[in-house]
Amino acid sequence: MAACGSAACSCSSGSEHNHAEAGKKVKLLSPDGEMVEIDESHLRHIHKTVGVSREEARMGIPGKKFVMVIDLAKCKNARKCITACQKMHHLPEDKEWLSVKLMKDSEQAAPYWFPKTCFHCDNPPCVKVCPVDATFKRTDGLVLIDNERCIGCKFCMAACPYSTRVFNWDEPAVTPEVAALNYSPETSVPSKIGTVEKCDFCPDMVREGKLPDCVTACPNGVFYFGDEIEDVVTNGDETIRFSQIIAERGGYRYAEDLGTKPRVYYLPPRDRIFPVERGLDGKSEELKARFKDIMGDSTSVE
Amino acid sequence: MELNQKQSEALRRFAPQIESFSRAGMVWVYLLLIPIALAGYALYIQESQGHIVTGMRDNVVWGLYIANFIFFIGISYAGAVISGILHLLHVEWRKPIIRVAELITVIATLIGPVYILLCVGRLDRLHHLILYARLQSPITWDVLAISTYLVGGILFLYLATIKDFAIYRDATELKIQNWRRRLYTFLALNYQGTPEQKKSLSTSMNLLSIMIIPLAIVVHSVLSWIFGMTLRPGWHSTIFGPYFVLAAIYSGTGVLIIAMWIFRKVYKLHDYLEDKHFEYLGYIMMALAAGYGYFTFSEYLTDWYSSEKWNAELIAKLFNIHEFGGLFLFANLAGIAIPILIVAIPKFRTPGLITIAASFMVMAMWVKRYLIVVPTLETTLFPMQDTRIEWITYSATWVEWALTVGGVATFLLLFTLASRFMTIVPVSEFETKKHE
Repeated sequence: MAACGSAACSCSSGSEHNHAEAGKKVKLLSPDGEMVEIDESHLRHIHKTVGVSREEARMGIPGKKFVMVIDLAKCKNARKCITACQKMHHLPEDKEWLSVKLMKDSEQAAPYWFPKTCFHCDNPPCVKVCPVDATFKRTDGLVLIDNERCIGCKFCMAACPYSTRVFNWDEPAVTPEVAALNYSPETSVPSKIGTVEKCDFCPDMVREGKLPDCVTACPNGVFYFGDEIEDVVTNGDETIRFSQIIAERGGYRYAEDLGTKPRVYYLPPRDRIFPVERGLDGKSEELKARFKDIMGDSTSVE
Repeated sequence: MELNQKQSEALRRFAPQIESFSRAGMVWVYLLLIPIALAGYALYIQESQGHIVTGMRDNVVWGLYIANFIFFIGISYAGAVISGILHLLHVEWRKPIIRVAELITVIATLIGPVYILLCVGRLDRLHHLILYARLQSPITWDVLAISTYLVGGILFLYLATIKDFAIYRDATELKIQNWRRRLYTFLALNYQGTPEQKKSLSTSMNLLSIMIIPLAIVVHSVLSWIFGMTLRPGWHSTIFGPYFVLAAIYSGTGVLIIAMWIFRKVYKLHDYLEDKHFEYLGYIMMALAAGYGYFTFSEYLTDWYSSEKWNAELIAKLFNIHEFGGLFLFANLAGIAIPILIVAIPKFRTPGLITIAASFMVMAMWVKRYLIVVPTLETTLFPMQDTRIEWITYSATWVEWALTVGGVATFLLLFTLASRFMTIVPVSEFETKKHE
């Protein structure tokens, strides 16, 4: 496990990093023993923890019922959650376990940004259909995948109404250090070709007493993570009672009528701290054009 | 075995077919090997590079392969109709076509599941399906149902051929190699046509035909429930089980008509496969077309009328000529209207036209399966704002097309090889031939 706790150079960095604050160089020892100097923005930190065994990962953390609350009033599509998640799980930039959707509930409704994680449903359609028990529901509420058990039939992907799951269509592009990491369903690293993966709520971080990376990476404190039994959730800055914030802010679960009983609650985008357009700041014209139907004048909406 | 006059006549007639390949037959086999080789290459590409070489992506996780899977299992119902329903009803005119129908069943049931395997990302872990089988999963239901169905189909084909094997064994005038005669001897299980043997054979076949009907219903029902059990528009439908079963019998009948027409033409079997057989199967096809049309109508009418948002988005795509409208129209015209019209109008009720109608219908049924799989997967609950635009909609790649065409070619090849091994019309059945 020499790679743990060190940093590795990512060769697959792309446009997202190019406009980031580049320039700061760091010296590193490459795997072949050469000293190299690279831009700091090209660094990725290897997942620090070593996950529990595959058997243990099926059990769940005793006495916990994890829950997430996402405050839609604070999201401005900064996408720091996405990049942090990708860094944590060594995913390429176009693979999103966590995505931010631009939503517009009806013609007259105002558009808003909607971070979408795995909902870790209490009645998970994906788990029901898995033929080999590769995806499972734990006592602490998490729905995880064992990618060493998964046969890649994609039935769970067809069954998930939220399109949460992603597939490794080809050999995942990871560094040899990452590929050599011990796999655990709790870390979901490394990815494997021909298998399904998704947001795992980072139970390995929780075991260390830390918050999932998307929670801490968010500059606006959108994500609150916590335990339903303790009735407490936190976004890192403020810690609040879960039941209280749901009651006060009108918390709801997305598409409740599907009966999947998600463990992710949303707070409606009321009294928003950013105008929705801010979410497209700095984005390419091409990307902006794709959101025109939702953002722009309502006449263009079919 | 003693042959009656009709039987020896039939055997003489079909002897060349099983004795050797004609030159045209050899050319045909080589022609079929070309797409099969290409499919083999496509399979190699897919297994070495991953499913990235297909058009399937995170939204549309299934495509042509699943459509082919439903299609092949569907046409396998040709045998279920003939050996199940018509056998039990003692319909005499079924006898010349038993063999064709049963071969379709077995070969299609062998090929269909291969397409499911093509959707599996980790074929090296296939044994997990048994090691860690979960009975809750519709895939496990499918594994159980289809394997049972395949065994049933093979058994029925075998039982129905035992008498013929005995005839080939004893027919000294048949110019076949010794190993083949020994094989026929083995397969004939010492059948001599004693009353006792006759009785046990007919009892076994009756039992199997009773079993094959519920089995056939189970197979396509659980297949439909792969879709029906999900929370997806167009899939989550209570009528999917019966709808799929009926569609399967329907497309099976179509393939049976086509196969009969081809064999009649190639082997000049006009006095065995008569015009009236086409007419009878035409009636069955028309009745099934009406039933299938009724299911289709009620399925889309309810979704369209209630116009729940998610369903309405799907219906809008099916009705939109720039999306799936053309395919949808074809599926319903060729799949429902044409077969009914051709058979309903006496002037059109000829073997040729019935076969053309059946061909269109079989194509339409394939398109219909595609329309079940792909548009639904392109209709997600959340807006599809994938950064990779090419990942949003599905379009099949050459790999998928090569494997699709390869499957059809394999079907034809196996059929050709089987017709070299056993007569395409059961010789033994002529003993009881009566005129109705």
